[in-house]
Amino acid sequence: MSEQYPALLVIVPLLSALVVSVAGWVNKRWCFPIAVAALSVSAWSSVGLLFRVLNEGVIVYKLGGWSPPMGIAYYIDYLNGLVLPVVSIVALLNLISSKRTVEQQFPDKTGPFYTLYVLMVTGLLGIVVTGDAFNLYVLLEIASLTGYGLLAMGEERAPLATLNYLYMGTIGACFYLLGIGYLYIVTGSLNMVDIARLLPPLYQSKAVLAAFIICMVGVWLKMAFFPLHAWLPNAYTFANSASSSLIAPLVTKVMVYVMIRLMLTIFTPKFVFNTLAVHDAVVWLAVIAIAMGAVLALKERNLKKMLTYIVVAEVGYMVGGAWLGNRAGLTGAVLHIVNDALMTLCVFLVVGNIVYKIKGYAFGDLKGLFAKMPFTMGAFVIGALSIIGVPPTCGFFSKWYLILGAIQAHQYGFMVALLFSSLINVVLFFRVFEIGFYEPFSDHEGHEHHPAVMAEAPLTMLVPLYVVAISLILVGLYTGDIVNHIVQFVIPKGFM
Amino acid sequence: METITSIRPLLAVLVSLLIIPLVVVSSRSPNVRETWTFVAAVAKFLIVLSMLPAILRGTEIVYTVVQFMPGAAIKFRVDALGMLFALVSSSLWIITSAYSIGYMRGLKEHGQTRYFCFFAICLSATIGAAFSANLLTLYLFYEILSLATYPLVTHHQDLEARSSGRKYLLYVVGASIGLVLPAMLICYNLAGTLEFSKNGILAGTAASPSLLFILLFMFVFGFAKSAIMPMHSWLPAAMVAPTPVSALLHAVAVVKVGVFSIVRILTGVFGIQLLSSSHLGMAVCCVAAFTILVGSFIALSQDGLKRLLAFSTIAQLSYIVLGVALLSPKGMTGGMLHIAMHAFGKITLFFCAGAIFVATGKKNISEMIGIGRRMPVTMAAFFIASLSIIGMPPCGGFISKWYLALGTLQAHQIGFLVVLLFSSLLNACYFIPITYKAFFCRPEDAMFENKVQEAPVFCVVPLVITATISVILLFYPQPFLRLARMMVQSITGV
Amino acid sequence: MTDLISMVVAKYNYWIYITLMMIGLYAMIAKNNLVKKIVGMNIFQTAIILFYVSIGVKKGATIPILEHGHGPNAHHVVHAVDYINPLPHVLMLTAIVVGVATLGVALALAIRIYNNYNTLEEDEILAQVREK
Repeated sequence: MSEQYPALLVIVPLLSALVVSVAGWVNKRWCFPIAVAALSVSAWSSVGLLFRVLNEGVIVYKLGGWSPPMGIAYYIDYLNGLVLPVVSIVALLNLISSKRTVEQQFPDKTGPFYTLYVLMVTGLLGIVVTGDAFNLYVLLEIASLTGYGLLAMGEERAPLATLNYLYMGTIGACFYLLGIGYLYIVTGSLNMVDIARLLPPLYQSKAVLAAFIICMVGVWLKMAFFPLHAWLPNAYTFANSASSSLIAPLVTKVMVYVMIRLMLTIFTPKFVFNTLAVHDAVVWLAVIAIAMGAVLALKERNLKKMLTYIVVAEVGYMVGGAWLGNRAGLTGAVLHIVNDALMTLCVFLVVGNIVYKIKGYAFGDLKGLFAKMPFTMGAFVIGALSIIGVPPTCGFFSKWYLILGAIQAHQYGFMVALLFSSLINVVLFFRVFEIGFYEPFSDHEGHEHHPAVMAEAPLTMLVPLYVVAISLILVGLYTGDIVNHIVQFVIPKGFM
Repeated sequence: METITSIRPLLAVLVSLLIIPLVVVSSRSPNVRETWTFVAAVAKFLIVLSMLPAILRGTEIVYTVVQFMPGAAIKFRVDALGMLFALVSSSLWIITSAYSIGYMRGLKEHGQTRYFCFFAICLSATIGAAFSANLLTLYLFYEILSLATYPLVTHHQDLEARSSGRKYLLYVVGASIGLVLPAMLICYNLAGTLEFSKNGILAGTAASPSLLFILLFMFVFGFAKSAIMPMHSWLPAAMVAPTPVSALLHAVAVVKVGVFSIVRILTGVFGIQLLSSSHLGMAVCCVAAFTILVGSFIALSQDGLKRLLAFSTIAQLSYIVLGVALLSPKGMTGGMLHIAMHAFGKITLFFCAGAIFVATGKKNISEMIGIGRRMPVTMAAFFIASLSIIGMPPCGGFISKWYLALGTLQAHQIGFLVVLLFSSLLNACYFIPITYKAFFCRPEDAMFENKVQEAPVFCVVPLVITATISVILLFYPQPFLRLARMMVQSITGV
Repeated sequence: MTDLISMVVAKYNYWIYITLMMIGLYAMIAKNNLVKKIVGMNIFQTAIILFYVSIGVKKGATIPILEHGHGPNAHHVVHAVDYINPLPHVLMLTAIVVGVATLGVALALAIRIYNNYNTLEEDEILAQVREK
C-alpha cells in the first residue's frame, strides 16, 4: 500500500474528479463528500510519503513500471516530501471550509466547482511530485487551466481579471516549455536527475544559459514575482472566496518550489551561484518586490486586495531567500513555503468567513467585526501576527532564517527590506484591527456596556480556520525539528 | 554553579494562560470570573515563591521548552535577577487584581472579560521575560507583552484610545521589530548563540567597537518599553488606559520588562568587562542621566496626575539603567533593587490616582486641592509612596537610592551623583505640593466637602497594602536585597 | 553581413519561431480586442510547438517507423541515425492539447466578458468598470 503512495496521491484525485463531475449530474449532494474523500486520500498518502522519506530517504517511483529516462519517474526527496503534505492539507482544509460558501454563492454549480477544485489539486500535487521536466509542464497547465476556471467564478470583474491572468500564465508556462526545449536540445533528456547528471560539462554553453533564464522568467511570471505580478491582485480579489483561498496560498508557493527545484536539482547550485553569478541582482529584485508589495498593499482600502499584495511581497521573501546563496537563506525560503502557505490560507479563510457573513470585504464593511465575529477575528489576529513575524508563530522563524541568511551573505538591503515589510505589515494589519475594534464605538465615551450582536460563521468554517491558526503556532514551535529532520537535507551537501 | 532542571518556570508562565478559557466561559457571572483571576494570581505567586529557596541557595533552575537551533531555544533560566523581578510582578498581580475589581466595577467599565483575559496574558509574558535564558525567549515574551497590552491601553475604544494605541504600537512594536530583531540576529551571527552568559556573549567575538556601539544602542532604544528618551513618549500617551493597567503595566510589568531587557543586554550579552573596556557603559549612563533630568523637569509642569506619574516613571526607570550601566557593584545592586522599590512605590501612586478618579472623577492635580480631607487614607498612602519615590526614609526607595549614590562614588562618577541628587530634589518638588495642597490648604480653597468618603474597599485596601510594604521594605528589604546582591556577585565576582 | 545571413539561414527554424513568438507577444500586448489577444496567445504557443517539432528533424532521416520490421526481408538492426527524433513530436501532441484547452478557456471567458459588458474592446470595458 505505502509503495503506491506516489501514484495514489495523484491518481485518486484525478479519477475522482471524473466521478465528481458525473455525480454533479446525478445528485449534487454527492460532490462534496467525494471530493473530501479524494483529498483525504491524497493528504494521507502525502503524509505517509513524508514519513517514508524520513525513514528511507529519497523515493523513486516509476510510473507504470517504466524506468527513467524512458518512462516518467516520480522523485520524492526531502523538498517535495515537505511541500506535498502542505499542499494536500491546505487544499483539504480549504475544501471543508468551502462547503457553505459554495452553497451560498453558486448553489447550481457545485458539480463543476468541485470537479475543477479536485483537478486543480491534482495538478498542484503532480507538479510537486513529478521528476520529469515535461510532465511538470503538463501538470502546470492542468493546475493553471482549472485555476482559471475557478477564479472566473466570482464577481462581475472576475472573468476579465482571469483572462489577464490567463495571458500571463500562458506566457509563463510557454517560457518554461521553451527553456525545457533548450535543455532537451543539449542533453537529450527530460528527466530532472538525468539532466542534472548530463549538464556539468555543458555549464558554459549558451543554450544552457538561455534555458535557465527562460525557465526562470517563466516561473517568475507564474509566481507573480514583481514586476511580473500585475495579473495577481485582481485575479485573486474578484474570485469567489473558496477559490481564492485555495489558489492564493498554493499556486505561488508551488511555483517557488518549482524555482527551487530548478535551482537545486536540475541546474545545481554550482551552476546557479558559481557559473552564473547573478544572484546579487536577483536578491535586489527581491528587495524591490518586497518593498513594492508592501507599499502597494498600503494603498489598498480593501482587505482582500491588500492581502493579495502581501502575497506579492511574500514571493519576494522566498525568491530572495533562495537566491541568497547560503544555507540559512535557502532554509528560510523552504521554510517560508510551508509557513506562507499556512498563513495565507489562514487570512484568506478569514476573508471567506467575512464574505460569507458580511457580504463584503472593503474596509468599510469591517466595522465592529471584533464584536460580530470574535472567533474569526481571533484567528485573523494569529494569522496577521504570523505574517508580521511575531514569535512564536511560524512566520517569525522563517523570517529569522531569511534575515540570518541576508546577514551572512552581506545582503543588508534584503535584511532592511524584510524588516521594512514587517513594519508595514504591522501598519496594514493594525489598520484593519482598528476598524474592527473601534469604529462603531468611536462616538461613545466607551463606559456603557455594548451588547455585542454575534454573527459568527458556521462551525464547518471555523474549525478548519482554527486548525490552521493553531498549526501556525505549532509549526512555529517545531521549527527546530522541521529544520533538523527535513529542511537541512534539502540543501545539497557542500553548499555553504 | 549548580543548576536544577524543573518545569516550574514554564508552569509559572502558563498558569495565567490556562485560566483564560475559564475566564471567557464564566464571563456571565463576574464573581466566578474574578475568582479564576485570583486563583491564577495566587497560583503564579506560589509557583514563583516555591523556586525562591533554591535560588537563595545559589542554584539556578533551567528548563528548555524547544530548541530551534544551536544557541537559540525557548528556554527558561531562573536566576536571582529574574527571581527578583518575577517576585515583584507576581505578588503585585494579586493586589492589582483586587484593585481592578474595585476600579472596573466602580466605573462600570465595558468589556471586563476581555480586560481580565489580556491582563492574564500580560502577566504570563512578564514572568516569561523574567525567566528567559536567552535573547530569543526574551524577545518572544517582549513581543507578546507588547501586543497583549494593546487592547488594554485602548480599552475605552474611543478616538483618544485609538491615537494612543497607534503611538504605543509605533514606538514599542516598531522599535522592537526595527531595532531589536536585526540586532539580535547580528549578535547571533557574531557569537553563534543567544544564551545569556556571565561574561557576555559578545565578549571575544570579532565585533569592531563601532559595531558594538551601534548594536548596544539598537538594543537600548529598541527595547522602547524602558522609555529611555527619545523613545519615551508612548508612556504618557498610554495613560488613557484604565488605571489598574497603568498601575501594574506602566509602573511595573511592561516598563520594567523594558528595563529588565536592557539590564540583561548589558550584563548577559555585552558583559561588564566589554562595556567598561570599550567605555560603552558610560555612553548608556549619559543617555540615562539625560532621561532622568529631562523626565523630572517635564513632570514638574504636568497637571494631569497620571501624566505626571508617567514622566516620573520615565525618570525612575532610567535610574535602574544608570545604576547597572555604572558597572560598579554597588550601583548595580542599587539599580536592580530599584526594580522592586520603585514598583511598590509607583503602583501605590497609581492606585491612589485611580481611587481618586473612582471616588470623585477628578484627573487633574489642580482639581485636587483639599482632597486629603475627603480621602485621608488614600492621600496618606500617596504621601508615603511619594517619599519612597523621592528616596527618603522611612520608605524602601531610600535603600535603592542609597546604593545608587554609593555606586556613583564607587565608579568615581561624581557627575552622576549630582544628577541623582538633583533629580531627587525635582521629585520632591513635584510630589510634595500635591500632598501639601491635599491636606493643608485653607478651608475656603478646598474643593471638597469636609466629609470622609473613600473609594470602594477593593480600591483602598490594595493601596494601603502596597504603601505598607513600601515602608516595611526599608526595615526588611529581604529577599530583594539579597537577590540583587547575589546577582551582582555572580556577575562581578564581588 | 554574409556571416549574419548564413547564421540566419543555418538556423532558420529558430528565427522563424522567434519571429512568430514576437508576433504573438505583440498582439497580446498591443491589441485592444480581447479575441485578437487570444489569437496572439495562440500564435505564441504555436511558435513553441514549431520550435519543438523542428528540433527533432535530421537531414536525410525518415520517420521513426521500422521499415523492414516484418515480413521476409525483416532485419532488426535499428540505426538511430536513420530516423528523426520522435520524442519532441510526441511531446507536442500534449502541448497542442494544452493549447486547445487554453484557447477554449480563454474564449469561454471572453464570452462571459461579452455578456457582462456587451463589448470585447478592452478600453471600453475598463471605462465601464471605472464608471461603476
